[in-house]
Amino acid sequence: MLEPILRTHGLTKSFGALKATDDVSIDLLPGEIHAVIGPNGAGKSTLIAQICGTIKPSAGRVEFLGKDVTSISARQRSLTGLGRTFQISALAMEDTVLQNTVLGALGATGNPWRFVRPALKHSELRSVAESALERVGLEDVMHTRTDELSHGQRRQLEVAVALTLDPRAFVMDEPMAGLGSEGSIRLTGFLDELRNEAPILLVEHDMDAVFALADRISVLVYGKVIATGSIEEIRKNADVQEAYLGDES
Amino acid sequence: MVNERLFNLLILAILIGVPAWAYVSDEPFIITLMTRAVVFALAAVGLNIALGLGGLVSLGHAVFFGIGGYAMGILAFHAQTFTPVTEWPFVIEGTKSMPVIWLVAVVMSSLAALVIGMLSLRTAGVYFIMITLAFGQMFFFFTISWSTYGGEDGLSVYVRNGFPGLNTLDPIQYFGICLIILMTALTFNLFLAKSPFGLALNAARQTPQRVETVGLNSTRLKLVAFVISGAITGLAGALFADLNRFVSPTMFSWQLSGEIIIFVIIGGVGRLFGPVVGALVFVALEHLLGGLSDYWHIYLGFLLLGIVLFGKGGLIGMICGREKVDA
Repeated sequence: MLEPILRTHGLTKSFGALKATDDVSIDLLPGEIHAVIGPNGAGKSTLIAQICGTIKPSAGRVEFLGKDVTSISARQRSLTGLGRTFQISALAMEDTVLQNTVLGALGATGNPWRFVRPALKHSELRSVAESALERVGLEDVMHTRTDELSHGQRRQLEVAVALTLDPRAFVMDEPMAGLGSEGSIRLTGFLDELRNEAPILLVEHDMDAVFALADRISVLVYGKVIATGSIEEIRKNADVQEAYLGDES
Repeated sequence: MVNERLFNLLILAILIGVPAWAYVSDEPFIITLMTRAVVFALAAVGLNIALGLGGLVSLGHAVFFGIGGYAMGILAFHAQTFTPVTEWPFVIEGTKSMPVIWLVAVVMSSLAALVIGMLSLRTAGVYFIMITLAFGQMFFFFTISWSTYGGEDGLSVYVRNGFPGLNTLDPIQYFGICLIILMTALTFNLFLAKSPFGLALNAARQTPQRVETVGLNSTRLKLVAFVISGAITGLAGALFADLNRFVSPTMFSWQLSGEIIIFVIIGGVGRLFGPVVGALVFVALEHLLGGLSDYWHIYLGFLLLGIVLFGKGGLIGMICGREKVDA
């Protein structure tokens, strides 16, 4: 039995009477893609924020690489190897694609206290950044300002920045959102390989991608996990069909 | 659109050419006016590091300007009265040496920026503006009541402080000192903006969440920027005091903090030469319109309004367009 890289125990977040997440216990095993799906407002983003440390849970624990990380900050969780991509791009829009990626490489070194030589002339930062951009296929636009990128390219850049940190696990919030079908297929192929480097907790609306990639799926409805299992198990699950896939089947 | 580098060179030519012309045609007043612009520009270069790179709208930068000024005032006052600054725990004498005064001004204003920054950076947005303003007012009223050093009347220094090998009372020589310091600060600013620190700071302004996600501490980046910023503005304060041979609590006034922000906004927030252009325009208006009316600020208001409404990126943004990206 493999030890999970990432695990939550009974994560709960209440906003007043509303429970955005309710006793969520999921885990992420080495080498897998674990997809979290659910209708809008099911609490997926709250779950991610709690795992990554930007929202403090009302109850429950987060365990990463065998250690309890519930009380440490988002920044420290990143330093221990939790790579996050955002649903709404959190990129420096006035900076170029390359600058955004170099920022990731700089973060990985942990030493921003360098005041003289231009950041883009640091070859070690630049090579990490450029290889990450090549992997997601953004090398041709690396000198473009981020606010001039298409929505889909920004999603790719999100992934590239996460790659520069060489994380032990990825938490990705809707990386496919806004990608055209071609981009979506390309990113799907890429994530498929990426899982061998580090497992991915994938929150995604694009069902084609989820069914193509996921080893396991958890279904979140009204903050509760109503089912976890393989693609087949989830397809057959009556509760899931009623709550979520109902219209399609 | 004019190439920004070319435009900056033009500004530099004005900074050198106008005083050179004034020197040849024996117009010391113009040289003094240009020195005033250069010193204001230096203060605004300091603010531009906090505001342009770090996004920190400090309405309290007069604190550092004033500390620099009083560092000069107090040291020179004790030197001209032949009394020690303090006798405990050890004797510190006053001094008339500019390099020593500059060092004290930079150290004291950095320390003040460190303390003010640590407290203010716990807040953001309008609260940050208000808390920096509050610190400014505290210093302002403190110096008003500080009777040892003239209280409300301020302190006069009879002879300008000295720099080894130069005659600082000669307007053109003092201008040269100030210009070299400004150019040094601009060079430092240029390197800083492109450095890894500058990249991270710039990102912390735009998206602090991202900076934290890559494992960097955005608050600490901003604090260091605030300290550097305060140090430069403090140095400008010492030069300003020596230019006027006078310091008073008005150096700490919130109007002065506002004016430093105005220099940066007129020229262009975050643009290398923005503070220089802003300070030149301000001093030019002050001189040209100040003769027409004591209320010349109303025209400054119109200019500011026009720039904020119609010109993104200040005068440099209007003339040179958007900043070129680094490759």
